[in-house]
Amino acid sequence: MPATDTEDSRRTSGPGPRRPETGTDGSGEVASGLDALESADSTPGTASRRLLAKVASPLAALALVLALWQTAYALDWSETLPSPAAVRGELTGAWSDGTLLPALGHSLLRCLAGFAASVAIGVPLGLLLTRLAPLRTVLGPILSAVQSLPAAALVPVAVIALGNSEGAVYAVVLLGAVPSIAVGVTAAVDQVPPLLLRAGRSMGAGGLNGAVHVLVPAALPGFVSALRQGWTFGWRALMTAELITATPLPGIGRMLDEGRQGGEMSLVLASVMLILAVGVVVESLLFSPVERRVLRSRGLASTGR
Amino acid sequence: MSTELATPAPAPSVTGSGAERPGPYAVRLDHVSKFFGPPRARQQVLDDIGLTVAPGEFVCLLGASGCGKSTLLNLVAGLDRPTSGEVRVPHGRPALMFQDHALFPWLSAGRNVELALKLAGVSRAERRERAEELLRLVHLPDAYGKRVHQLSGGMRQRVALARSLAQGSRVLLMDEPFAALDAITRDLLHEELTRVWSERRLTVLFVTHNVREAVRLGQRVVLLSSRPGRVAREWRVDIPYPRRIEDTEVTSLAREITGHLHEEIVRHARH
Repeated sequence: MPATDTEDSRRTSGPGPRRPETGTDGSGEVASGLDALESADSTPGTASRRLLAKVASPLAALALVLALWQTAYALDWSETLPSPAAVRGELTGAWSDGTLLPALGHSLLRCLAGFAASVAIGVPLGLLLTRLAPLRTVLGPILSAVQSLPAAALVPVAVIALGNSEGAVYAVVLLGAVPSIAVGVTAAVDQVPPLLLRAGRSMGAGGLNGAVHVLVPAALPGFVSALRQGWTFGWRALMTAELITATPLPGIGRMLDEGRQGGEMSLVLASVMLILAVGVVVESLLFSPVERRVLRSRGLASTGR
Repeated sequence: MSTELATPAPAPSVTGSGAERPGPYAVRLDHVSKFFGPPRARQQVLDDIGLTVAPGEFVCLLGASGCGKSTLLNLVAGLDRPTSGEVRVPHGRPALMFQDHALFPWLSAGRNVELALKLAGVSRAERRERAEELLRLVHLPDAYGKRVHQLSGGMRQRVALARSLAQGSRVLLMDEPFAALDAITRDLLHEELTRVWSERRLTVLFVTHNVREAVRLGQRVVLLSSRPGRVAREWRVDIPYPRRIEDTEVTSLAREITGHLHEEIVRHARH
């Protein structure tokens, strides 16, 4: 140190033994007092109340739609509109003659297999795009363009290329789901706050460690949305493909097409109900709880309900 | 009470404390310059910075915006390299604390600390106990299982401090860590930080634009000029600890330093 220590004799600073700050205990007490004042006090409702709140509004909506439908039928607003009972009869009939389950099962299996393949392709592709800027410049716009293409436009292409086969159906599902998953994953990684990555690197989490401990968990909410959107796109694309492609195996799309060809509105509406039900069930039993959990653990969703 | 060490305003390598007295240092920067941008339109952020921080020393870097404070900390933290000059941190990677707590929101407070311990190579068996001990050190004995969003701003910064200490480094770099806190909480964290610093014999390099905070905390205050950042002046702060931010000695030295800070800013305006 330069000779600047002049007459100052009572200095206690400098690299040497230091007097610890007095009032340490006091500061601890003040600290816990402040903590108590500032901590968020969240008291979630009871489990039964939360369940009620969750189930009540969809049930009310369903009741409202059925009531309107029944009224419209009773007042004979439309000549083609079947009664809710007729549609229910269609569904129970399909159940009892053994055509409902295979149709539902095949559609679900196709969607699951197509979705799994889309995840297996879309997630690595999306991650690769965040790493390789040139690839992104080339592939990014293409993926966005394909994503905006209606599945119906792809069906004829797939059918001519692959015939009326399962392969054509899967091709349409993949083209529907893969771009949306890849684009979603890329966006999820882009949205990770750079500060968290910097904090990770300063702690020694770079490269693979950084990906495992920081990047992936930080991007998780975005990954969940990407997968959910991929599922939705895939399911829609599948229904379109089943409707237009004359596949040898049954499916809900096929049911829909049979109804259309026979001019049976009740069968058509029954198929629409099934398609809707699958969407709602997957959403409310799979994606929605997962997303809520991910967001809530990060304080990004309300903890009340 | 305080002594000015060096005066020349655009001075290269002002400090010299380590250069003249060979000996141990925790952080040392020699003629460090940093440019950003493409070669043709490159901008100088840091200009010939010389700074030596002794082990166990608490140094505050003070400057208006654009003085390259964060860049300087990035260099010391090893997250970036200087364009020229040398940065030496002999005792390994320093811990870095930010204005924003930068805690990982998907982990509980305790797990945040444990992740730092894990990355520092602490065995799984020891981690839990060490994490709880560190949380007790920052007066948060009950925070282990709390999520980041359940903690107040001050508590978050204390967890961040615990996480930084978990990295096992004796050198702590702090980038305006208390700037976003209210005055009551900030006072409290000043006490906590100086307590932890003296208990753990840490070396602290603390960046701030708050003059009184710098005088309240540091044994030395280094004033940086802006655009590019240079060491303009520095002061020893010989006010004994414990200090309070409202101490008259603190305020009067802060007033003097503020004068020089304003000069730096005005000088920049004339350019």
